[in-house]
Amino acid sequence: MNGKTWIARPGTVSLLALAALLLVVLPAVLDIFRLNLVGKYLAYAFVAVGLVMLWGWGGVLSLGQGVFFGLGGYAMAMFLKLEASDLESTKIQSTPGIPDFMDWNQLTELPFWWEPFKSLPFALVAVLLLPTALAFVIGFAMFKRRVGGVYFAIITQAVALILTVLIIGQQGYTGGVNGITDLKTLLGWDIRTDSAKLTLYYVCALTLLATIAFGMWVQRSKFGTLLLAIRDKEDRVRFSGYDVAAFKVAVFCAAAALAGVGGAMFTLQVGFMSPSFVGIVPSIEMVIFAAVGGRSSLVGAVVGTLLVNTGKTLLSETFPDLWLFLMAALFIGVTMALPDGLAGLVENKFKPWWQRCQADRRSLKKHLAAADISGE
Amino acid sequence: MGLSEMFNIALMQGFAGISLFSVLLLMALGLAIIFGQMGVINMAHGEFMAIGAYTVFLASTLTEKFLPSLIQVYFPFAIVAAFCFSFVAGWVAEWSLIRHLYKRPLDTLLATWGLSLALQQTFRSAISPKEVSPTLPDWLMGSWAPTEGLDIPINGMFVLALTTLVTAGVMIALYRSRWGLRVRATVSNRSMASAIGINTKKTDRLTFAIGCGIAGIAGAAFTTIGSTGPTSGSLYIVDAFLVVTFGGAASLLGTVASAFVISQTQSISEFFMTGSMAKVLTLCLIVVILMIRPQGLFATKVRR
Repeated sequence: MNGKTWIARPGTVSLLALAALLLVVLPAVLDIFRLNLVGKYLAYAFVAVGLVMLWGWGGVLSLGQGVFFGLGGYAMAMFLKLEASDLESTKIQSTPGIPDFMDWNQLTELPFWWEPFKSLPFALVAVLLLPTALAFVIGFAMFKRRVGGVYFAIITQAVALILTVLIIGQQGYTGGVNGITDLKTLLGWDIRTDSAKLTLYYVCALTLLATIAFGMWVQRSKFGTLLLAIRDKEDRVRFSGYDVAAFKVAVFCAAAALAGVGGAMFTLQVGFMSPSFVGIVPSIEMVIFAAVGGRSSLVGAVVGTLLVNTGKTLLSETFPDLWLFLMAALFIGVTMALPDGLAGLVENKFKPWWQRCQADRRSLKKHLAAADISGE
Repeated sequence: MGLSEMFNIALMQGFAGISLFSVLLLMALGLAIIFGQMGVINMAHGEFMAIGAYTVFLASTLTEKFLPSLIQVYFPFAIVAAFCFSFVAGWVAEWSLIRHLYKRPLDTLLATWGLSLALQQTFRSAISPKEVSPTLPDWLMGSWAPTEGLDIPINGMFVLALTTLVTAGVMIALYRSRWGLRVRATVSNRSMASAIGINTKKTDRLTFAIGCGIAGIAGAAFTTIGSTGPTSGSLYIVDAFLVVTFGGAASLLGTVASAFVISQTQSISEFFMTGSMAKVLTLCLIVVILMIRPQGLFATKVRR
């Protein structure tokens, strides 16, 4: 096996560097507003990490990760919304005790499937289980029948469209285009204060780092090796007696669960959830985050997410027109010139160059030393 | 199928369903060539349609300004121009981007998504960030009322006629012409096609450009139905992909059939529920059927 297929092998060094950046450097240099933005990007990074496992290692491209992100985010938002709509704060409504958008849409009671979201444990389980269950259904149906590649991408894209149309169409139950807004407290803890934002940032960053560490462990395990093998020569793995479909379903579910966690983190830090994070465009953008960072490197995906989002935020503020062109150039450039993303650039270009430099220096030293001896 | 029979079907299903059918089919035809035949995931397909639509808009603006007497006849020429512009754009896109990515089909998706972003911003900066509509000739307006209580919009009939024409043209070109023979040979076995002397690179470029040109015709036709904005291309793209995939990627007949099935499901279910729920139902149905029958309705039997 050549070096390229193994790019960005599990690197404890890069993980530690990322941890130092997220936990020490960024909180030290950024104010709480910017740090909150970074926290939002880190929520996306969960999706990117899931995509690395699914796409970079498993070779399956999903264009519907926004669906799972949205399911996790909405599950969290529903809990927070119910907490924010207690009888006291909704007493001016015609039906107190239900979320405001339901009242606006002439609903007189809470829909039965909203009821269980009054409990935090249920909501937390839903954050993980809703995306996983949907991913299992889709993945099982598709991978068992050996549907992959392009077809899988298009079907996941259709699922993203379905969910968006559904959320927007069922305004009374979902908040429609505006989404679920005005989220205030988590079990009485005001999530809009600066200290809460700081805490949530650390929770998000630590969870992400733990996820990456776990992902690196997976990559070293037999499961990770088999995923790479499936990506590179699926038939051969199948003929060796492995159930390829089961592996793909498993990794698809894992990626979906991660996206769900990311969605929940996003809702907590941003304070609302809307269909604009669910549809086709955000789903493809999430793929781009992973692609820019390096589709087979976990740390790379996080770096890619941070870079693209920072660029988007900074540039779209100052040059709203230029930003889309830059984004386009980034997609095209990365796809054409850097198929392994930034991580591939580091691994394939920078590291060999650095090693060559080191070797040159050593041999130069040796020469000089030899010259010194012979000169005397 | 006789004319009276057609008329009966139109009465039964409602002309709206037929009209939606022709829209979907016209949208999907170019993609059936690019994605179905060549296997390139062209996410910029909607933007090539927008190029066609903007061509008509420009043509109508120019005609109004310089040759107002020709406003009744400019439209067919504008459609031809739309084909040409999209054709050239497709040619350039193939030359600069796509040809490097034939071995990595999923990467064509990313690159063409970037292309579509760039085109959208170009429309926004160069033409207008708002929706525009061309001035249409009078003969395209209004509706045709053969009997009392039956109104058939003329623009819908125009799109239907154009779709029939273009579909027939593509069918003939693909299955009766030398180009079609080369395309089908290149698609089924590239190295063999190249070995027997087909210039596969040239074939690819021409095929991609023709697919884009047809997208341009579709976009031009849709100016008779609705306005065009920088992002209107992206509204069509998923539908177009689903039509092609649902029909069975490499089968043109499948594309026609799937456009028909999808449009009828959509328009019939619209009787019973809101438009958005009808859309959800239709999409769910497509996804479920695709899960059961992943190769689409009309899968070509090929050994791979």
